[in-house]
Amino acid sequence: MDTIIKVENLSKKYIIGHKQLSGKKTFRDAITQNIGDFKSKFIHPFSKNFSSDSPLEEFWALKGINFEVKQGERIGIIGRNGAGKSTLLKILSRITEPSTGKITINGRVASLLEVGTGFNGELSGRENIFLNGAILGMHRAEIKQKFDEIVDFSGVEKFLDTPVKRYSSGMYVRLAFAVAAHLDPEILIVDEVLSVGDAEFQKKCLGKMEVVSKAEGRTVLFVSHNMGAVQKLCYNSILLENGKIISTGGSNEVIDFYLNQANASSSEYIFSNVRESEKVAYATKFSLEDVNGKAISEIPIGKVWRVKIYFTVNYLVENLIIGLGMINMFETPIRTSWNIPLILEKGKYIAVFEENKIFFAPGRYRLLIGISKGKEIIQYIDKDIWFTILDIIEEQETSVINHNSGLLINQMKMYVEKDY
Amino acid sequence: MNSEKKIELIIEANKSKLHYWRDLWTYRELFYFLAWRDILVRYKQTVIGVAWSIIRPFLSMVVLTVVFGKIAGLSSGGAPYAIMVYAAMLPWQFFSTSFSESANALISNSNLLTKVYFPRLIIPSTSIVVGLIDFLISLGILVILMIYYHYLPGWQIITLPLFLLLATVTSLGTGFFISALNVQYRDFRYIVPFIVQFGLYISPVGYSSDTISEKWRFLYSLNPMVGVIDGFRWAILGGSTKIYLPGFFLSILVSLGFLYVGIKTFRKMERIFADVV
Repeated sequence: MDTIIKVENLSKKYIIGHKQLSGKKTFRDAITQNIGDFKSKFIHPFSKNFSSDSPLEEFWALKGINFEVKQGERIGIIGRNGAGKSTLLKILSRITEPSTGKITINGRVASLLEVGTGFNGELSGRENIFLNGAILGMHRAEIKQKFDEIVDFSGVEKFLDTPVKRYSSGMYVRLAFAVAAHLDPEILIVDEVLSVGDAEFQKKCLGKMEVVSKAEGRTVLFVSHNMGAVQKLCYNSILLENGKIISTGGSNEVIDFYLNQANASSSEYIFSNVRESEKVAYATKFSLEDVNGKAISEIPIGKVWRVKIYFTVNYLVENLIIGLGMINMFETPIRTSWNIPLILEKGKYIAVFEENKIFFAPGRYRLLIGISKGKEIIQYIDKDIWFTILDIIEEQETSVINHNSGLLINQMKMYVEKDY
Repeated sequence: MNSEKKIELIIEANKSKLHYWRDLWTYRELFYFLAWRDILVRYKQTVIGVAWSIIRPFLSMVVLTVVFGKIAGLSSGGAPYAIMVYAAMLPWQFFSTSFSESANALISNSNLLTKVYFPRLIIPSTSIVVGLIDFLISLGILVILMIYYHYLPGWQIITLPLFLLLATVTSLGTGFFISALNVQYRDFRYIVPFIVQFGLYISPVGYSSDTISEKWRFLYSLNPMVGVIDGFRWAILGGSTKIYLPGFFLSILVSLGFLYVGIKTFRKMERIFADVV
């Protein structure tokens, strides 16, 4: 397989300082700044720093990036907000120039950095298909040829001749995506665009990207925050942080590394309650422990674990419900537990949730806490409260466990009998 | 399916892109689509829409004829005043429309600048196309005017396309220049209408350039539109006006100069468009 993209020592520097590249620079500023510089230079001819205003700060959005992509590969690019992912894509798409380094690309590139780029509200859906297709790099003949397919994929046939400004946001996205999905480049660069649109549509688009890549050997670079999508589509991934690559390799490993990094897990969380103390009840502390009451942040598979939520009740309340939600690292909700509504007097309490029946697959899980009075939500805590279920097996009954064997590891009752 | 050969593309820091001019050809269809879009959008949801392209030059002509011809009493050198004015208004409106539109073209297309690659020179160029369409409509009105005045143009009318080319070169050059500057220095937004208004007075639109005295004529021709308008007048009015040749060549030189400076400035500033727009 040949290398189709080669990135060598790529860096991108932005200068932040209120006098440059802030977008609102005026000619007057340019003139006065230059005169100011000239003046200072005149007075201090040997001084290095002659900027008339506060020193300019350099911000390296990318620093020393090196990687290679082979033809037909689908690479995920992940990282926190501000890590440099979009900047990398912009440079690969030739929208902005690198500050250092060299990139060699062997193929036609199409970039999807936004849904509906260039869509003009005044024009009809039909006209926008042509416009958007041309903007994305398709030839007119190509658009004509794929026109029916595009309309079909989008599902807006009935509204094809109405101005796009009348479309609902869902229709807009579907149409924009339909055009983009029929792009025919050797290299496709996609930036988080799947975050718009409903789940069904997202699935459809991911599916199309997969098909297009597997069947036709297209190379895909996919930036997303949806780890599930990245894991499904991309065999390998690159993790960026603060402009540098800190991990590359198989998607599972890179994603794990990212999540482990991104979320410190702790066995105990204290909630600051500045605003909550006026409420009828509020949570003060959260802790995770094992069956012996020891505080932990990681639990081996198949072991009992306990969550304790400490909360305070300010005055007598009926119908008080404490709920605990669990979400996995792909943002799939797993289960929510809650108690039977209670009548509680003023005082301090601990809600204990114990898991001793269902054993979840190894991975990282996030917990959500909710306190409500009947149907009315009093407090909802959706912070970074994570814990890990470890891949350590102590008993032999459990079969081979890997990330993809499912969410649960409890086994069904199973036996084999002879078929007479 | 894909008949293009595998082209190797190299993006390197601080190297000017050699493939830029090749790209202009590759993206020619985008140019067509953006121009098409600009024209369509202009008239969508309008009632008098296309009629405005006719009313505007016509009304301007009437006003200028009355103001400069009747009130100020400036001479026209023989031909019907209305046609003399109109012959100059044609190129002037082409220039002013193109210039004003291109000044804002990059900014109003900022969403494209930050999300898609294509040679940015295409954007101000499409503004010129819009001006050209208006020009052609106005040309139709000129024909009607000539019929009304029973005026038959001489052989010189054949040279009109040449002067149109000169007008296009002037518009392109100044358009590239102003659109690039406007992205970074937003004050040009205020300067542009002023330039257009000021330009209307220092260009021989409402009066013939013969009225400018001999000693100032050369300096006067530094305005590239002087050459264009004189040329238009000469072509339409059948040689009854004379072209002041030294001034004319100076104007052409300035136009070409603007084209060169315009493209150079544009290419130089292009690399930061996406970062500052």
